[in-house]
Amino acid sequence: MKNFDILIVGGGLAGLSAALNAPPRLKVAVISKVHPLRSHSVAAQGGINAALGNNPDGKDDSWKKHAYDTVKGSDFLADQDAVNLMCKSAIPALYEMDGLGAPFSRFTDGCIAQRPFGGAGYPRTCYAADRTGMVLLHTLYEQCIRKNVHFHDEWLVTNLVVHEGRCQGVVAYDLASGKIMPLKAKAVIFATGGYGRVYLRSTNAFINLGSGIGMAYKAGIPLKDMEFVQFHPTSLYGKNILITEGARGEGGYLYNNKGRRFMEDYAPSAMELAPRDIVARAIQTEIDKGNGIDDRFVHLDLRHLGREKLLKRLPGIRDICLLFAGIDLIDSPIPIEPAQHYSMGGIDVDATCASSVEGFYAAGECACISVHGANRLGGNSLLDAVVFGKIAGRTAGEYVEGAAEDNRFDRVIVQHAAEWNTKVETLMAKDGGENIYKLLFELKDVMSEKTGIFRSKKNLEEALQAISTLRERYQNAYIFGSCRRYCQEFVTLVEFDSMLDIAEVIVLGAINREETRGSHFRLDFDKRNDDDWLKHTLVTPSEKGPVIGYKDVTLGEYEPVERKY
Amino acid sequence: MDIQFKILRYDPIKDEAPHFRNYTSRPDPKDSILEAIKQIRDEQDPSLSFRYSCREAVCGSCAMVINGAITLACRTTVESLKIGRIVIEPLPNLEIQKDLIVDMDPFYLSMKTIQPYLLPSEEPPETGHRIIERKMENIDQYINCIWCGSCYAACPVASRDHRYLGPAALAKLYRFIKDPRDGRPSTHWKIVDNEKGLWGCDTVFRCNEVCPKEVRPADGIEGLRREIIAHKAKKLLKKKS
Repeated sequence: MKNFDILIVGGGLAGLSAALNAPPRLKVAVISKVHPLRSHSVAAQGGINAALGNNPDGKDDSWKKHAYDTVKGSDFLADQDAVNLMCKSAIPALYEMDGLGAPFSRFTDGCIAQRPFGGAGYPRTCYAADRTGMVLLHTLYEQCIRKNVHFHDEWLVTNLVVHEGRCQGVVAYDLASGKIMPLKAKAVIFATGGYGRVYLRSTNAFINLGSGIGMAYKAGIPLKDMEFVQFHPTSLYGKNILITEGARGEGGYLYNNKGRRFMEDYAPSAMELAPRDIVARAIQTEIDKGNGIDDRFVHLDLRHLGREKLLKRLPGIRDICLLFAGIDLIDSPIPIEPAQHYSMGGIDVDATCASSVEGFYAAGECACISVHGANRLGGNSLLDAVVFGKIAGRTAGEYVEGAAEDNRFDRVIVQHAAEWNTKVETLMAKDGGENIYKLLFELKDVMSEKTGIFRSKKNLEEALQAISTLRERYQNAYIFGSCRRYCQEFVTLVEFDSMLDIAEVIVLGAINREETRGSHFRLDFDKRNDDDWLKHTLVTPSEKGPVIGYKDVTLGEYEPVERKY
Repeated sequence: MDIQFKILRYDPIKDEAPHFRNYTSRPDPKDSILEAIKQIRDEQDPSLSFRYSCREAVCGSCAMVINGAITLACRTTVESLKIGRIVIEPLPNLEIQKDLIVDMDPFYLSMKTIQPYLLPSEEPPETGHRIIERKMENIDQYINCIWCGSCYAACPVASRDHRYLGPAALAKLYRFIKDPRDGRPSTHWKIVDNEKGLWGCDTVFRCNEVCPKEVRPADGIEGLRREIIAHKAKKLLKKKS
């Protein structure tokens, strides 16, 4: 059995940041179900926040102002100690990325350029044109090559092994060989990303099925605040490819079918640069009211910014619009609609990235610390991944250096792997049953229809019922092909099991939270209710099913006030 | 409209040779080829294997051969092919692992060989570098590389000589050499100052043609050649004086 000190699962920004910051003397490896450069971090466009004060309009910016914007943006559900840590760490983290080779865009004086972003009082979003995620991911991967980090690409973790309250390792499926392998590790860090493809309309990569979150849950670790699902206001209509918030940061306008900048009615002072929850709701409301173009979308207009600026600052989304919509944003407005984008909730960890299980850590989108509360600000997710990835690598390193070698439970890991082997064989031996891709489509459809931007008890309960039916049908799923190698059906089968849990926990949290906060909007409880609901939702698995509990929010100097923009 | 898809299938363990399998499907004309083959997989044949991730031409997973042309499946639309029959094959010049999935390791290895990371000669300044934007614009096109392997697969030199590093790796080295923050000594250029490096290029520019991100790797190779010649000339002049 392969044996590691630290196993990092996921090769996106958080995973690579953890790998680069784990003590080099330890035996560390990164497992990823795709080659790391194919991770979804690569698709982040607009930028990463840090109060550098480089923009002439942002000279007075400070990490404290960044922290306040983040807390207010979170609708006061974020833990303020963790937010302070992230925003303070942002400044050195940015300079570090610059020093590692990230090609940030520059102002004329040569310092890192910064643009305005939604919900931020100052222009503090650092960027590399509109491919910031790509350059950061490539930079960290390059540095991993330099530091000889060990990678196992195209291995899918099938489950997390926890025994006697301690993390023992994982079981993984190697796509190239088709083998199931037990892997022992003193510490495991999940940096497995979000679950965007639980929804039909999502900006996320096709691979974002989110199983890491479900695997942690199956191993007994609570999930926190899962009802908070971010819908990005501007995804390309039909394809739902992200059109960066940077487009509005650079000065883009939103128009309805009457040619009106409708944000005036929803956020008269911030207008298009209100936080994402508010802009996404505004767009959906306009479409629902009949103010959408063809009743389906609104326009994001960038034409007034001029050709030169658009080519320099937003070349990537111009390419996306040309390719996928056949329009040139230099002379046409972009048809956009909201789509699922990010998970504020995730695996319950603290600000050191530690979970309730000894030796198990999580960072990045799969984790919930919480720094984003009920609504994440644009530019804070890359930051979260870089900063907390680093912290996770260090925390796990410290833990491993104090942990003794323990061989008592090796058989447990081996046994888990054997069970998976039997499972694959059974699935492959079946002659017929449910097509996993069909089940996946139906789950997405239910989630988009019933648990989207506007929620009600009735719709949520219908979703819960549909998920339970899908769970029964899943028992009957089978593998159509006869080859164990690169069996993507098996990958989807494994991940779907977790997706059912994720969907259930999202819906349960949403039914239970009888208030409106951040991204969670209840038509039947349309006000925030701090007296009853200024608390985190925690869902823990049990033999009888999910158990809902709560946890206090760590407040600080920022008192909850009504959010106005 | 019904469209015939002819997709190459191969399981090297079971099959004697690669073979085509035909599927009839009715994709939306605006669908990408990636969406179209995903639909075939989801609805007709879940055993079909191919790589994919972002579906927006930034992750570099889905390079393949579509009607004879190397391209990303996600950035090619069904309607752009203007033909009722679509033939899909894996990237050439790399071994097939299964169906449309090839072994990318030779390509990744070539990338690693050139030390594809910033090598500063001194500690970075604590409050970040000051860089003139124009200097960064020099390397802009090379930063676009998404490691999709299209140029490597298309390169006639790489296909006849597997020791050749290939266009992407050479362009990547140029990206770092031209980065004002990089301080690698010129001795590092030795890795490529030979026939398996930048003197191996046949300058037929297949790489520029197929690159889905307009990196134009051959520009980088040419740039490297210029740098090295200039460097050698300088050294020679120094010796003489």
